[in-house]
Amino acid sequence: MTTPRPGALADLRVVELANERVAFAGKLFADMGADVILVEPPGGDAMRGYPPFLEDVPGPERSLAFWHYHTSKRGVVIDVDEAAGRDALRALVARADVVIESEPTRRLEALGLDHATLRRAHPRLITISMWPFARSGPRAGEASIDLTLLAGGGPAWSCGYDDHSLPPVRGGGNQGYQTACHYAVMAALVAVLHRDRTGEGQHIEVDMHAAQNVTTEAGSYSWLVAKQTVQRQTGRHAGVNMTAPSQVRCADGRWINGGLPGRRQRDFQAMLRWLEDLGLRDEFPQTAVLELGAQRERIELSRISEDPEVRAIFEASREAMNFIASKLSAYDFFEGAQRRNFQVGIIYAPEEVMDDPHFRERGFRVEVEHPELGRSFTYPGAPYLFHGSPWRIRRRAPQLGEHTDEVLAE
Amino acid sequence: MAARALEHIRICDFTGQLAGAGATKFLAAFGAQVIRIEDPTNEGRWDILRGGQPYVDERRGINLGGSFNNHNVEKLGITLNLRTPRARELLRELIKISDVVSENFAAGVFERLGLSFEELVEIRPDIIYVSNCGFGHSGPYRDFKTWGPIVQAVSGLTFSSGLPDQPSAGWGYSYMDHTGGYYMAMAIMMALHHRNVTGEGQWVDMACTEAGATLNGPALLDYTVNGRPLRRPGMPNSNRSQFPPMAPHGIYAARGEDEWLALACRDERDWAAFAEVVGEPWTADPRFADLAGRLAHEDALDARVSAWSRERERFETAARLQAAGVPATAVQRPGERIDQDPDTASWGLWPTVSHTEMGDVRVDGLPVHLSATDWAITRGAPCLGEHNELVFGELLGLSVAEVRALEAEGVL
Repeated sequence: MTTPRPGALADLRVVELANERVAFAGKLFADMGADVILVEPPGGDAMRGYPPFLEDVPGPERSLAFWHYHTSKRGVVIDVDEAAGRDALRALVARADVVIESEPTRRLEALGLDHATLRRAHPRLITISMWPFARSGPRAGEASIDLTLLAGGGPAWSCGYDDHSLPPVRGGGNQGYQTACHYAVMAALVAVLHRDRTGEGQHIEVDMHAAQNVTTEAGSYSWLVAKQTVQRQTGRHAGVNMTAPSQVRCADGRWINGGLPGRRQRDFQAMLRWLEDLGLRDEFPQTAVLELGAQRERIELSRISEDPEVRAIFEASREAMNFIASKLSAYDFFEGAQRRNFQVGIIYAPEEVMDDPHFRERGFRVEVEHPELGRSFTYPGAPYLFHGSPWRIRRRAPQLGEHTDEVLAE
Repeated sequence: MAARALEHIRICDFTGQLAGAGATKFLAAFGAQVIRIEDPTNEGRWDILRGGQPYVDERRGINLGGSFNNHNVEKLGITLNLRTPRARELLRELIKISDVVSENFAAGVFERLGLSFEELVEIRPDIIYVSNCGFGHSGPYRDFKTWGPIVQAVSGLTFSSGLPDQPSAGWGYSYMDHTGGYYMAMAIMMALHHRNVTGEGQWVDMACTEAGATLNGPALLDYTVNGRPLRRPGMPNSNRSQFPPMAPHGIYAARGEDEWLALACRDERDWAAFAEVVGEPWTADPRFADLAGRLAHEDALDARVSAWSRERERFETAARLQAAGVPATAVQRPGERIDQDPDTASWGLWPTVSHTEMGDVRVDGLPVHLSATDWAITRGAPCLGEHNELVFGELLGLSVAEVRALEAEGVL
């Protein structure tokens, strides 16, 4: 077996003080090759108690959330409330390139482990501090979780349903934490590149609330530019002006996202051929209107309100797609539409990507050994394919204290 | 002004929209010289945001798009008509002195321009090439077309945002254009670091659907390990907590039209504090006495919480709950979180840029501050070909007259 090439961050050591808010940032470093040391307190990080669990049986080594967020890391247990523990952590930091934490500010200061103290001792060190709000800002003391970050920071205002008696929706999967972690890693890489050139480390502060605020697309810039407020709509962009529904239910009860119907001659021709191939050309009531469209080079959407024929063609093309969708499974519609150059997406449940042929062929299913269980499990794969210094899960998440002796002896 | 961490990096940038342009915006904010290349024959309209809404005033035009400005601050803009041999020659010269080539065309487009990775390497051996599209440059869906909502649908993110017995709510914006841009920025910088260490460039093939699919990790493992799909009755219910379990946990009606409050009790201390703020007998209902009970009777609990919250003003309620240490917030409207939120204001989150034609405009800043090399966003997006003289003149040594002549010939 050939040794896999090292990841792009293989020369970096990261110390991560275990906390659900920073866990994903640590994974992003670790799967790209960094030696990420997860520092847990005695008894372990709280995430070890998060469901879902292997076979639904709770246990500190059985949390699938913990498994996911801590791949490729090594784990140590250090009790920073003890002097010996603080010394051990200092020794660890002395050999680190990056420290990432989301601890209460005063706690780290009291322990002598705050970023100012650490950086005085180690000028090359990059310290990252993530907090729900600016640490020294006016809202620093507020209690906050993923839900409140997404609700207060903008995303939820834009997500939900046409029916505004239903609440705005917080998207699932802890995206608020993950968005903040993306920014933490991006900022860290800026600092790494600066250090590559100058040898100088620095401190990075991440405001998690601010991270949501700048991840809302038109929600923010419609206000910033034109003082306009977007309104949420079912399954499509919140807008200042409401748009037509975009989600269509297919013959198997599953849904697709349809996007804009065709506007060009070749789009109308492709729809007619598709209807023909399915033996539906005579059954579709507006075939004749589509044929009109197929005689034009394109229709201009800007003329929809003044030209009844343009409007009729536009609506017939939308109807044709909905009609075909009502006759096919969501997958067959997705695949057939895309093969004919229509931008359509199947609305997969998250797990359905794991069985999709495209994801399979690109190697998205990754087997990770859990030697103590004598089994391997399938994990989600790489967010990007590096051809020279690849992403890779090097090991499953560490068991509690698994590498304490090994790491502290280094 | 702080030192510019990336001022030594030059990016030959073919990105557009948000999924690509967002990536190079981040790098430009830290000083990278991002040179945006646009096609003069269609006035750069490959990027559908160029010239699109919102607008600062009644003027319309290719340089006046508000979203384009937001995503392209601090970049330089040049035009190149790559159908002409001279433009292709100039592009080669530019790539020779660039560290990175970035693009987010559909797969195959860049190759057809004669710019496959193999060809880029011939121009500059240590080039870093980062491509970013919906499905990547290999696999059966390589030729499929996407934009944000399609990426979100296929990667599972649309499905995982919603309420029971409803279709998917999805994301009311292109979450994966933002996030695809974040991964693209990371990929570029990781590859730059790798080059610093090894001297080697490389190609990074990014597929936004794959990046999106990684964002539901625990749900994926619940399926691959336990065989439990998220597509099951009653799910998703994404305003409730997936992990760790909490109840109450949701977005509840507040007093007024379309006004909402988010709150949660993380533990028994939060619940006791919440009950004290509420001060109504139902909080002592034995069904709600512990987390297991509250989870078992969550519908009944939510109905009680809603009945209480809908009578109350959302900011006041959030402040009372926060004073008791309970996570709570008003669901903020854009104007509230931008103009009335003390955190975003004190952070400096909404910098004003100066745009050559639009004038002064506020844009999205960055949610990070770096002590030695912080970001700066002051210059608006480039007008079409605004920096032709600067780039072709100062970098490639053409005279002003030559630049003007090439513009007149339709090369630039």
